[in-house]
Amino acid sequence: MTEGKTAPLLQVQDLRVAREGHEILRGVDLQVDAGSVHVVLGLNGSGKSTLAYTLMGAGGYTTLGGSILLEGEDITQEPIDARARRGLTLAWQEPARFEGLSVERYLSLGQPEPDRERLLEALEAVNLDRAYLPRYVDEGLSGGERKRVELAAVFAMRPRLAILDEPDSGIDRFTLDDIATLMRRMASEGSAVLLISHRDEVVQIADHASLICGGRIMQTGLPDVICDRYTQYCSPCEQPIVVERGDSYA
Amino acid sequence: MRDLDLILQAYEASGGDPDLLKNDRVARLVISGNEVIGLNEIQGISMQAEPLEDGVRVRLEVAPGVQIPQPVHLCFGVIPESGVQRIVSDFDIGDGADVAFTAHCTFPNALEVRHVMDGTITVGAGAHMRYHETHYHGETGGVVVEPLARVQVGEGGSYTSTFSLSEGRAGKVAFQYEVDVAEQGSAELNARVMGYGDDEVLVRETIRLNGVGARGLAKSRIALRENARGEVYGTTEGNAAGTRGHIDCIEIVRDEAIANAVPVVRVTDPQAQVTHEAAIGTVDKKELETLLARGLTEEQAVDVIVRGMLEG
Repeated sequence: MTEGKTAPLLQVQDLRVAREGHEILRGVDLQVDAGSVHVVLGLNGSGKSTLAYTLMGAGGYTTLGGSILLEGEDITQEPIDARARRGLTLAWQEPARFEGLSVERYLSLGQPEPDRERLLEALEAVNLDRAYLPRYVDEGLSGGERKRVELAAVFAMRPRLAILDEPDSGIDRFTLDDIATLMRRMASEGSAVLLISHRDEVVQIADHASLICGGRIMQTGLPDVICDRYTQYCSPCEQPIVVERGDSYA
Repeated sequence: MRDLDLILQAYEASGGDPDLLKNDRVARLVISGNEVIGLNEIQGISMQAEPLEDGVRVRLEVAPGVQIPQPVHLCFGVIPESGVQRIVSDFDIGDGADVAFTAHCTFPNALEVRHVMDGTITVGAGAHMRYHETHYHGETGGVVVEPLARVQVGEGGSYTSTFSLSEGRAGKVAFQYEVDVAEQGSAELNARVMGYGDDEVLVRETIRLNGVGARGLAKSRIALRENARGEVYGTTEGNAAGTRGHIDCIEIVRDEAIANAVPVVRVTDPQAQVTHEAAIGTVDKKELETLLARGLTEEQAVDVIVRGMLEG
């Protein structure tokens, strides 16, 4: 790092990741600045979710090379909970269904100290009211409500970096404008957001955007530029781009 | 210290509110060993308790049409390290009555204690009975618990029971319930048990849906670790048109623990439907990773998942 220059919040360098013998990420370079909203846009199968889960440290992925730096510290080999304690968190595309856990308990799990006001604020940020607090996350909530609770849980944590995997999919009555408001609110509180999506409309929320294809970041730049390239040139590949274990590494 | 105080102390340790056992507006029955140390009836409920050599025979009646506003509190326990407590009970819930029971069973010092709940329960036509039993066994594991019940649910009546043992060692639990449900009646059996050390948990539940439109659900949640063993045998029969039954069993297994689940569905009427689902395995990976991503340690995350399953 150059003296006097602050390291980016997240810096991913030449990251190569495999799952079940297939190389999915094939040299990803990405940078996210503190307090910014960065969208990674890509078609299904481009490696978006693998990138999200790898950054979080989820199991089932093998890092073949490259590094993940958070505020200049190499976290590539750190387990999920260590990354979370550094301020990194993830909202899954399909939230887990916990049995017997109330919304209040679920939202409070990421808080170092109990703060009920923050929980209410988090619910309000995703257009849910306090009546949801005693309800169980696995019972009586629609898929869309469950997903909003997931976003509220991330919001309640005040993370340094929130990775949101397709937050706009399957959400009922929670519009893109609502998501944009939530992202902006998080950014104004100092949280950076890395938003993963295949919907080009989402790019309007971002400060910066990147286009991912075949496990590589093809371009990073202003949201409009990335959106134009995505809509004009990206179409599903006839065959997914994968590299067999024996071909690329062993 | 008197037995009542010791029982109240253990009752409080297992999550009960001792003040409720001193409130005259709350029906209650407190038994230590084979001694009745507290009994309070309220209007609509009559309770008779007769000491046996190794326990107490209890007859409890709720008058027809009566709705009991607050749960009836039952508190059973054995304070010494050894002993037998056999509760032979006969519950008669009159037609159209509505009542809930909260039972606490405490064996905080058990090294060699056997506790048998041998119950006959009749829920009248259109009556509703909810029975929630929580156990606290301490950390010694020296207790054998045998909850046995034969339940008859009348036409349009409902019976819900929850057996919960999530604090302390289970010891040896052999749970055996048989329920017959009449037309448009319903029965729901919930068993939630955590076992560790060399605990053994056996759950046998049978629901016979005998009347047209009867409903039944048998739900088991068992969490085992170390060298604990668990077996769940759930049988549901659909014996009349329009009956609907479901068996739902989840067992979380860690360390060297072993679990079995044997769901049996039997249908003798072509318009009946009985389904089952059983899952045995370790903690769900996605649930675990979600909690880790909130900053919980693995131990904390597993505890949240297991407790949610057992207490939910």
